[in-house]
Order: sequence, then C-alpha cells, then structure tokens
Amino acid sequence: MFIGVDVGGTNTDAVLMDGSNRDGPNLLTGAKVPTTGDVTSGIVNAVSELLSGQPGPPSVRAVMVGTTHFTNALLERRSLAPTAVIRLALPATQLLPPLVDWPAPLRDAIGGLTYMIPGGHEFDGREIAPLGRPELQAAVQDLRRRGIAAVAVSGVFSPVNPSHETEAAALIQEAAPELRVCLSHENGRMGLLERENAAALNASLGNVAVQTVAGIKDALAALGIDAPLFMTQNDGTLMDADYAVRFPALAISSGPTNSMRGAAYLSGVRNGIVVDVGGTSTDVGALTNGFPRESDVAIQLAGVRTNFRMPDMLSISLGGGSVVSGGSVMEPEPLRIGPESVGYRLTEQALVFGGDTLTTTDLAAAAGRARVGSPHRVAALEPQLVNRGLAEIQRRVETAIDQVKLSRYDVPVILVGGGSILLGDALSGASAVLRPEHAGVANAIGAASAQVGGQVERVYSLESIGREQAVADCSAAAVARAVAAGAAAESVAVVEVDETPLTYVPSSATRVRVKAVGNLALI
Amino acid sequence: MTQRPAAAAGDKRRVASGLWQVTENDLESIAIGAGILGTGGGGNPYIGQLRARQAIRQWGPVTVLAPEELPDDASVVCVGGIGAPTVGIEKVRDLQSYYALRAIEDYTGATATALISNEIGGSNSVEPLIPAAKAGLPVVDADGMGRAFPEFQMKTFFVYGVPCCPMAIADEKGNSAIIRETVSPVWAERLARALTVQMGCVACYAVAPMTAEQVRQTAVPRTLSLARELGDAVIRARNEGDDPRAAIFGTCPGKTLFCGKVVDVERRTAAGFARGTLTIDGLDSCAGERMVIEFQNENLIARRDGAIVCTVPDLICAVTIDRGEPVTTELMRYGLRVAVLGFPAPALWAAPQGLAVAGPRAFGYDTDYVPLAV
Repeated sequence: MFIGVDVGGTNTDAVLMDGSNRDGPNLLTGAKVPTTGDVTSGIVNAVSELLSGQPGPPSVRAVMVGTTHFTNALLERRSLAPTAVIRLALPATQLLPPLVDWPAPLRDAIGGLTYMIPGGHEFDGREIAPLGRPELQAAVQDLRRRGIAAVAVSGVFSPVNPSHETEAAALIQEAAPELRVCLSHENGRMGLLERENAAALNASLGNVAVQTVAGIKDALAALGIDAPLFMTQNDGTLMDADYAVRFPALAISSGPTNSMRGAAYLSGVRNGIVVDVGGTSTDVGALTNGFPRESDVAIQLAGVRTNFRMPDMLSISLGGGSVVSGGSVMEPEPLRIGPESVGYRLTEQALVFGGDTLTTTDLAAAAGRARVGSPHRVAALEPQLVNRGLAEIQRRVETAIDQVKLSRYDVPVILVGGGSILLGDALSGASAVLRPEHAGVANAIGAASAQVGGQVERVYSLESIGREQAVADCSAAAVARAVAAGAAAESVAVVEVDETPLTYVPSSATRVRVKAVGNLALI
Repeated sequence: MTQRPAAAAGDKRRVASGLWQVTENDLESIAIGAGILGTGGGGNPYIGQLRARQAIRQWGPVTVLAPEELPDDASVVCVGGIGAPTVGIEKVRDLQSYYALRAIEDYTGATATALISNEIGGSNSVEPLIPAAKAGLPVVDADGMGRAFPEFQMKTFFVYGVPCCPMAIADEKGNSAIIRETVSPVWAERLARALTVQMGCVACYAVAPMTAEQVRQTAVPRTLSLARELGDAVIRARNEGDDPRAAIFGTCPGKTLFCGKVVDVERRTAAGFARGTLTIDGLDSCAGERMVIEFQNENLIARRDGAIVCTVPDLICAVTIDRGEPVTTELMRYGLRVAVLGFPAPALWAAPQGLAVAGPRAFGYDTDYVPLAV
C-alpha cells in the first residue's frame, strides 16, 4: 500500500492506495483534515484518520508527500539560513550580480551576501578565466566571519562544464566543513540567474528541509509506519527524502501539479481542463495526454525568478472560504466575493459551521449544493443573494476555463478540490462536467501516483561531438538524475527530448533538454 | 501587474519637444513595444531590461533626443549586441557596448556626443541605454531598422550610404578589435561573427560616428518613443480590461492579419539562423482558415490559405490574443492563441534600395513585395 499526502493552505489530504505504480494504483480510502499551523501535526492527523478504519497495522511500502512547508518558509521568510552566493564568472556578468532581481525583504532575510570571483566557462567549454582560488579562499574566510551557514555556488555555463563549481565546493568544504553548499549545475537548467536563484533557495531552505523531513519521518514512525518517504516535485515527479533535503526548492508549488495528475487519474480524462477549487483560490489548467501543460514563461517563487518546469495554470482568488459581502436586497452595497478568505478556519468561521462570516460555502449550503455543517444556520439567507452569488462564482470560473482552453471547441472539465461544491453541473465551454469520486483528495492521489523523474539541459558544441552523441549524453545524464532521485533503474525511460539549435552563431552548437521518468524503486 | 505612473507623470518627462528621459519605469513598456516591433526575433528581453535597470540605477536616467534636436556637429555612435541569445541568458552581457564605444572613439579620435540603437526590435533596443547611462550621453530617438532583422548589414544606415567601418567589437574580458575596412557590410558581418564566436558569443559592436545629417537622412525616426508608447498602450489596456490590439493600433497603425491557435512549429537551423514554419488554425472570424508564416529568426512571409497577405520588410508580429504579449519565434508553441498583426514597413525599407537588402527576394523568396494596405 502507498500513502499519498498533500498539504494545502486550507486542508491536508491523505489517501491510502494499493497496486503498483506501473498499472496505476487503486484508491482504498481517503481523509481530509484542516492544515495546522505547524503543518506536521496536520499530516499526523490526516494519516491517523486514514488508518483508523484499517484492520491491523498497515503494510505501507512508501509515503509520498506534497507540502507547502517550503513555500510558506519563503513567503513568511521564516527559518531561512543566512546564505551567501558565490558566482564563478569574472570578468563576465558584473553588471548583474547575484540576487539582483530578488525582492528586497527576501534578500535581506537570507543576508544578501554575494561574491563574484574569477572562473566559469564559455558555451564551448573553454574557461572564461581560471578559477580564482585565492579570491575564493578570501570569500570563505569572510563569510565564516559573518556567520553564514549556507553557500550557493554558480558558475557560468556550469551545465556544460561543472568543473569549477565542483572544485570550488571541494575548496569550500575543506576550509569550512560545517557549511551547506549547493551547486547550481546539480539541479538547474540553462539560464545563469534563474539557476543561481534556485541554488540560493536550496541553500537557504536547508534548515527548513532538514526539520520538515525529520518531522514527517518522526510522525510516520509514531504512527507505526516504517516506509521510505518521498516528496513531490513541481514537475509532477517524486524525489526521495534525502534528495529533498538537498533540493527543497524543487518541492515548492507541487500542489497544482499533484491536483492535475490526480484529476487525470480519477476521471480517466487525458485531455481536458482541470478546475481545482480550494479554500482561497481556484487553479485552472489544461491536461495534455494526462500531464499538465507546462508553462514556457519563467516561474516566480516568492518573487524570485526560476526556470522550474511548472504547469501552465490560471489562478483566481475564489474558493470555498472566500468571504461574501453586500449583494443583499436590504443593503446598498454591491455583491463582493473574495479575495479575502477565511482559509483553513472555514470550519470555525463560516455561518454553516456556527461562525459569523458569510462565505461562498454558505451560499452553496443554502442552495442545497453542499451538504456540510448545519443547514439550518444558513436557511435564513435571502434566495436572491444566494442565486446571484452562485451565478457570479460560476461566471468567474467559466471565464477562467475559456482563457485556459486551447480551442473554441468544448472540452471535458474535471472539478476537483473541496470547494468544487460551489459549482453547478453545467458550465459553458464544457462538453461534460465531471466530478470524479474522491475528487476532494485529488492532490493526494496525484502525489501517490507520481513517478520519479530527472531533467537535464546542456549545450553541446557539435564541432567536437555529433548530434546523436549529444542527445545520448544528455539522456544518460537525465536517466542518472532520475535514478539518483529514487527511480528504479530498469523502469526509467526518456519521455521528452527537446533540441534547440543556438541561433546567430555560424558554428553549430545546440541546446539539448531531456526528461526521463521511471517508477519508484522500492526495496 | 505593474501599474504605470499616471499619464500626467509621463507628460512631465517631456522637457521640450520630443525630448524625454528613460527612467526605470519606462523599461517594461519599452520591452513590450520592442517585442512587438521585434516581429518574432530579437530574443528574450528580460536580461536586457534588467541590465538597463541596473545601469540607470547606478548612473542615472538617459536623455532621449529627437534626430532634429541633434546639434549639427554631433557625433552619433551606433552600438549593438552581437552573439547568440541562448548564450546571453547564461553569460549575461556586461558593459561590452561601453567598451566597444571607447574602442571606436580611441581608434577614430572622435568623441561621441550621442548614441543610437542599431535595432529597436527585441533586446537590442535597450543596449545603447547602458553605455549612455555610464558615459552620461543622450540616445537618439531613432534606430537603424525600425523593427528587427537577423544580420548586421540590414540597417538603413548602410543601405543609404553610411559606411559600416571602421567598427569596433568588444567582449567582457578587455579584448577589442577594429574592423578597419571591408568591401561590403556583408563582409563586416562575417568578420564580426567570427570574432564574436571566439569572444564567447556575447559581444557588442560600435560603428564609427555618424553626423547629425546622416542620422536624419538614414535612421528610422521616433522608434524608441514608439516602443514605449506601444508598451504603455498594452499595459493600460490590460489594466483597464480593454482589447490590447485596439490599443496597439491606436498607437501604431496596422491591421490584424489573422487570429488563431498555433497548431505546428517546424524549426531547422541553417547557417546559424533559426528558420522554420509556423502554422496557425483560425479561430472566431478566421475559423476554417489557416495561416502559415515562414521565419528566419524574424517572421518574413505570412500566407492565408495559401495566398500571401504580408511580406518582409512589412512587420509581421504575433501577440497573445488576451494580453497582447508579443511572442518570439523561439517561444512559439502548439496551443498558443495568437493574433498576427501586420504593420507597414518604414519608408526607408519600402523604397527600392531598402528592398534590395531586406525585401522578400533578399531572403530567398521568389515573390515581389506588395505593401500592406492599412
């Protein structure tokens, strides 16, 4: 059996599934509990509830968790390690120093210390300058004096030639073994600033990652579960817990991906639109052959630009906890829905649960769409207000669907998420509206059914290496990365090869990107 | 979404007729406008925009002069980047254009009094702002293309008799070279490319100074203002929920050639240039029809159901239908919903001398240029 967990801003979901990843797992049961402030106890609550109906101790083979721990740490700028960024690049790139485009509060939260020293490579692997060892040593002395705990090292063209980054790491660890060192070439793609940003995020999230993984492991142990722990990545694949400790930034924003993968699994629809209505917001994205359509634009995490692959989604501020005001025949105030939300306090603050805040969920309960809480508490709501409110909610979601749709033709629309009770059974633009069973826990199902992946992007000079050899080299690196992340070697397959010739250069050089995925390796 | 300062703030910037200052707040608009004028080429604007921002923060805003405001004894240096955009996102450009400027001044003995962009389309649009900020020089509200083109020699300056040499080319390490004389601008391009590859594919060049009269005769005027105004219009339309296309055409007359969904992007590389074909199936009023666009870095020929509707040097630009965001050929992908916009070429290109260098036949198409009727 597998346990999938998804920690959202409002709810923590857990599912128990059996079967192998290869044939598609089979859902046994699910649980949904409110997310807690410390996150970990919410996971404990969800998994406890999940297992309460199980006869005897479960034989769990793996636990997959998608969590907002790391996103929250960045957004709240909490528990971030004092981090320095060392770029190996001089004399190149000086006009744009590391962290140049970071939001000032986040840059300040990690200390904002940066060094630029000689080193790095050209596109064809030549050195820009020899690695500046004396400068690097001086930098390490300086950052130790300043109490820095973590270092990100980025070298120009390190995806083509990582030698300066690895040499620098050895030198840093020798001089300062206590430092956490993150190298940009280990998880990034082409794009110096974005890759460097990702390395800096990974460096600064070290403490949070160690604590989170340890916390979840302890919680599972306390529940009697002795199984390997995996975290979901933002590209829809899994990484094992040790890998997650090294690359926590890859776990940021995995929720939307899990939701879409879960929706595809539950509905059997491979091409369509997924509408995930949460407590605070609604995410609308397109499924292409069972996978989320990926965004081509740079993704910002907590205001930091990265080049992670993430689903191309439209997010609107509307959810089951959105606060409703005005719109009554008795009041002059116009109807207003959101963007404020009671979030995870829905079950305390919404009228239908005995609170005193009118939320979208109360409208759905009054209309009989949602059977939650105590319906008599919303029986007195004006029918006009209820109808107008629900029509406005529907209109906003239909507009979002229309923007995400790839054509004017109607497509199947899959509704998931706890807030999907807000919507009716006919939506314009939808050839069918599907509400798969267990849609409320689609995210956790997406986590439990994820595969393990690795992605590598490199530039090759075709004067020294043939095209086929370049693709083979990049594929081997992607497969190795998938195996390192926890995939069973024999199951790993290359699923995506993307080759972009470098333009404006008569000499032939090409950028190759390969993605490989495989099934989870279970001992 | 970034809120632009109110129109009144923009008006205040216009100190005298046509004269304004490029501040940090203008860069987003310029990037959008330059993306539209980039006709699918010109590369990713992010790095250029960020570099210009850093330069303006460090050294102050840059004054913009209309060509007619140049003093008669002006020395105007054209600067631009040369290299591979794919390399430029990794070894991000530094002050190469400033080094090239100093090298050409040193070689010619002239002192630059203003800088001018070689190409308003794409990321080259902001390149002169960086050395201008550092050297405290103004930039001219004009450029050598009025759009984007893939090759160095495709500039109105050279078409109308400004010599392209001597020119300086510089890298970020302190290397610079002078191309003293060539038999044609095409040769200057060849030699400059060879140097660029050795320099690590992100170099900049500076051409020996032009006179004020040469700028007035051979540059495409008012293009930096146009880029900013196009971007302002698009941002305003987004903020106010208006149709971005109407805003674009309100600023720069043109017409919608097609609306649809990208169904195929075929790419191949020939001699270092990204050539390819883009196929768009019609939506809404274009339903049932198909547009095919051939590109060589930039969009060159648009056919609607087989019939040519627009050709180079007229501008063929794809923008997203909902947000008016220009889409480069590199980022074109299946499923994007785009409007294809056409704009008439600057007069300098539509003339016979211009067409000889940048008409359809110059790009290997056996068809005549038929000006776009707007």
